[in-house]
This record gives sequence, C-alpha cells and structure tokens, in this order.
Amino acid sequence: MKKQENSRNVGLSMKRIICYIVLIILSVACLIPFYMLFINATRAHVDIQRGFSVIPGKFLMTNISNVLNNSTILIVRGMINSLIISSLTVILSVYFSAMTAYAVHAYEFKLKNFVFNFILLIMTIPAQVSALGFIKEMNMMNLKDSFIPLIIPAIAAPACFFFMKQYMESSIPLEIVEAARIDGSNELHTFNWVIMPMMKPALAVQAIFGFVATWNNYFTPALILTSAEKKTLPLWIAYIRSADFTKFDMGQLYMMIAFSIFPVIIIYLILSKFIVQGVTLGGVKG
Amino acid sequence: MKSSNAKKRKHVSYTKWGYIFLIPFFLVYFIFSFIPMISTFYYSFFENYMSGLNVIGPKFVGFDNFVKLFTEADLLKYTENTLIMWVLGFVPQIAVSLLLAAWFTNTRLKLRCSGFFKTVIYMPNLIMASAFSMLFFTLFSNNGPINMLLMDAGIFKEPCHFMSITLGARSLIASMNFLMWFGNTTILLMAGMMGIDVALFEAAEVDGATSFQVFSKITMPLLKPIMAYVMITSLIGGLQMFDLPQILTNGKGGPDRTTMTLIMYLNNHLFSKNYGMAGALSVVIFIITGALSIVVFKLLTDQKEAR
Repeated sequence: MKKQENSRNVGLSMKRIICYIVLIILSVACLIPFYMLFINATRAHVDIQRGFSVIPGKFLMTNISNVLNNSTILIVRGMINSLIISSLTVILSVYFSAMTAYAVHAYEFKLKNFVFNFILLIMTIPAQVSALGFIKEMNMMNLKDSFIPLIIPAIAAPACFFFMKQYMESSIPLEIVEAARIDGSNELHTFNWVIMPMMKPALAVQAIFGFVATWNNYFTPALILTSAEKKTLPLWIAYIRSADFTKFDMGQLYMMIAFSIFPVIIIYLILSKFIVQGVTLGGVKG
Repeated sequence: MKSSNAKKRKHVSYTKWGYIFLIPFFLVYFIFSFIPMISTFYYSFFENYMSGLNVIGPKFVGFDNFVKLFTEADLLKYTENTLIMWVLGFVPQIAVSLLLAAWFTNTRLKLRCSGFFKTVIYMPNLIMASAFSMLFFTLFSNNGPINMLLMDAGIFKEPCHFMSITLGARSLIASMNFLMWFGNTTILLMAGMMGIDVALFEAAEVDGATSFQVFSKITMPLLKPIMAYVMITSLIGGLQMFDLPQILTNGKGGPDRTTMTLIMYLNNHLFSKNYGMAGALSVVIFIITGALSIVVFKLLTDQKEAR
C-alpha cells in the first residue's frame, strides 16, 4: 500500500516537472518576441545589421529622440490621436452600455426580452460586413477624416452591454432601486448616483478591454482617416510596413514598434490580476 | 380598486424609463450600424466600380455581382486561405489550452507560480495585432535576427525566406494567432472546468480512474458547451482575420495570394472603390457569420436556462 503511494508521488512529481517545462517553454515563446523588440530598440542600425545580441545596446535615447523628431512619421501625434479616440470611446461605451443593461435589468416592459435577445444576436456580427455602407454614409455626412465616426458608434457596444447585464444580475438587487425610489430619487439620478458606483468593478474591467480594443483597432480607422495629422498608431505601423524597408534606420523602426506595444504591456503588468479575472467574468471575447 | 389603479399607473410611469434608457443605444445602432448594413446589402445589387478615373454605375444589375463573385475562383481561394490559417492556429490553441486548463485546475498537482504563468500567456492577447505582425515581419525578415541566429547556430547556410514560402507565411500568421489567443482560451476553459462538481472527480478517484480517464470521461463531456462556444467564437474571429496578414504581407497576401483572407479581399475592393463587388462579398460574409452567431446565441441562452 505504501509502495503504491510512493510510486504515485514519484509519478506526480514527474508530471509536475513536465508541467513546468511546458509552461516555461510557452512563457518563453510569449516573451521572446518582446524581448527581441526591446533589445533591438536600444541598438544602432549598424549593430542590428551585424547580428543579434542578448544584451541591450546604448542607443536607447538616440532611437527615442529620432522617433520623436521624425517629421514624416508622426508616431507621437499618432499616440495622442489613439489616446483621444480610445479614452472617449471607453467613456461612451461604458456609460451607455451600463445604461442599456440597466434598462433591461431594472424595468419591466413589453419589448424587454426582444431587446435583450436582439443585442445578444448582433453581438457577434462583425462591423466589417457593414463597412461599405458605413464609409458611404460618413462621406455623405461629411465625416470623412474625422474622429466622430470612430467615437460615437461606441455608444452601441453589444459585448459591453452583455457583460454589464451579467454583472447586474449577480450584484444589483432590485430592492436597491425600490429603496432609492422611496427616498424620492428620480430614475436617471438613481442610475447615475446609486447604480453606477455599485458597478465600479465591471466598469473598470470593460474600460480596460474597451481601451485596448480601440487602441489596437486598424480596420475602421484605415477606412476613415486619411490625413497625417489624424492618423492613429496602427495606421502608422501600416505606413512603415508599406514604406521602402531598405532605406530605414532599423533602430528607429524597432523603437516605433516599441512605442505602440510597450504602453499596453506596462498597463497590463500593473493591472494584470484584475484583467485575468475580468476575462473569466465576462466569458465573451471582444 | 382605486389603490391598485394607482399602483398600475405608477408601474406604467417606470416602464417609460426603460424605453428612455434604451434610446441612446438604439439610436446610435440604427445610424452607425443598421443603416450602413442595409445600404451595404442594397449596393450589392448595383454595378458600381472605378475604371481608371471614370465611375461606372451605379446601375441596377440584380444578382450579377453575386454570380461574378461565385464564378471567379477568388472567393473560394480566399475562403480556403482563411480557414487553413484559422485551423493551423486553432488546433494547437485548443489542445494546449485544454492541457493547461486541466493542469491549472488540478488540485493534486498544486502548481506553483500559476498566477505568473497565466499573466504571461494572456499578455499577447492585448498587443496591437498590427504592431505584433510588423514585429514578426522584421524579426523573420531575410536579414532579421531570427535568420541570423539560425545561421550562427549552423542550422541554415543561407537566410530562409519565411515570407516567400506559402507554408512559411501561413505558419507565421497561424503562430501569431496561436500566441495571441491560447492564453485567453485557457482562462475561459479554466472557468468551465472549475464549474464542474468536485464530487465527480472524487468519486472517480475512489473508483481508481486514471487521470486520462477522468479527463476523457468526465471533464471533456461536461466541457462540451463551453468548448463549442470557444470554437465558434474563434471561427467568427478567424473569418475576420485581417490585421495580421494585412501588415505581414503589406496587403498583398503573398506569396501568390495564398495568405489573402476574406476581409483583406473586402478591404481591397473598398479601397479600389469596387463597391458592387464589396457589397456582394459583405452579404456573403454576413450570411456565414450570421449563421454562426445564431449558434453562439443558442449556446448562451441555453446556458442561461440551465442555470
């Protein structure tokens, strides 16, 4: 009996070792592209051409200042544009998705089930299938090369709605709404000052995911934005890709990629626990 | 009687608020999604493209665009490309995710640092796909660091032109997809596995089941709904594959258009103002993703009823 137990333990620790090996390999696979990016972003063009090195170079500040002073590829401008669009998008989508979810959660009305099912159904239909009509309509409304078509549609965000609805079901009891009514609070006031504060965890999770999704979005901005001053980061990445590659200072190029990747990684490392839990909470990938 | 009437009137006045709170969502949805969608369908019945600098059409041509779409070999080829790249990424993704989720939730294994590993494997999911693709393009280019390392190690004598070989380019795209999504899938499957009643595992252990038996006879069958959800949402995502191949191949889908996806095809039509064909293609993609969306909807509502 004891022997069996022992062999079982040996088997278990063997298995544990295999698990760690696999996990370490996968982690390395996830990290190595970013490590190489970091290393090459700190090196000079000639050094990069000569071969790869494991230790960072000394050209970090030179590469940064080259990127900042580049007058054709406006990476910083792109970052500011991305930041403006992503922040406004997040505020709108989080607030109005919560509002829509609250309407379905707290009120009894005839079309309630229809509304819920309808939003659930359109949740997975990609925006790409209406892209043609979208650009034609924006041309007609004179909104080409404007941020408005990239920001306002965030008010109708089905996946965000679904997440908020799930969260409300588990943590907003309707008695609270009743209590607020008895206290004489009007419905909008109740939503803004009683419900929204209770939604903080859900709002934060959706704010992070919404921000990252907009920050990374390439398809729609590419169809709408045309002038250099308005371009967002992914459009500059596409521009770099289409430019003549051989004439590039590679150190600067790696630094430009780093500019679009590392801010998100830093935010992620600060909030990672929160984000990993958030994925499970929602069960829906954006 | 009177009081019940008053109650009813009060109830009605709250109902109104339900509708008021829905206005922003539906107004915006109507203007920025619904009308564009309907007009996209409408344009699919018109001949409308650029010939040089001249605009041809719009002229009503019925189903001609659809006929053209299906008789030209491109649609089939690009659908095939998209699906091959999705499968190449998804098969390892689901296999690895199942394994990792089983390990992370295994109470006997008691893995240390699992929080750290989860954080690391989820990270690529948040990276800008276009920048990630650009990074892979530079790392795997002919004189990029990967080729240099492989040549220094003596594995290759000459630089390998990864992106000029069909399998190379497709594998690069599939591996990026894999890296970006296996962490996310692992976390979703873990949530599903942790929902399984522990008593089942205990009973199996008492009966002397091996861990493979436990996995194939208990975990897998109970995980079916969430597996189906993961697979279909991944397929919908796969059909929208755009950023990675677009940036990696500079929109050309090379070599020889073997990495050209459906959305890249649509994007090309939109940029060349070939609106009739773009409309027809949008309708086809809508029908496919719409059918898949109904399955997702069923899965989500069933899950709700089961609860």
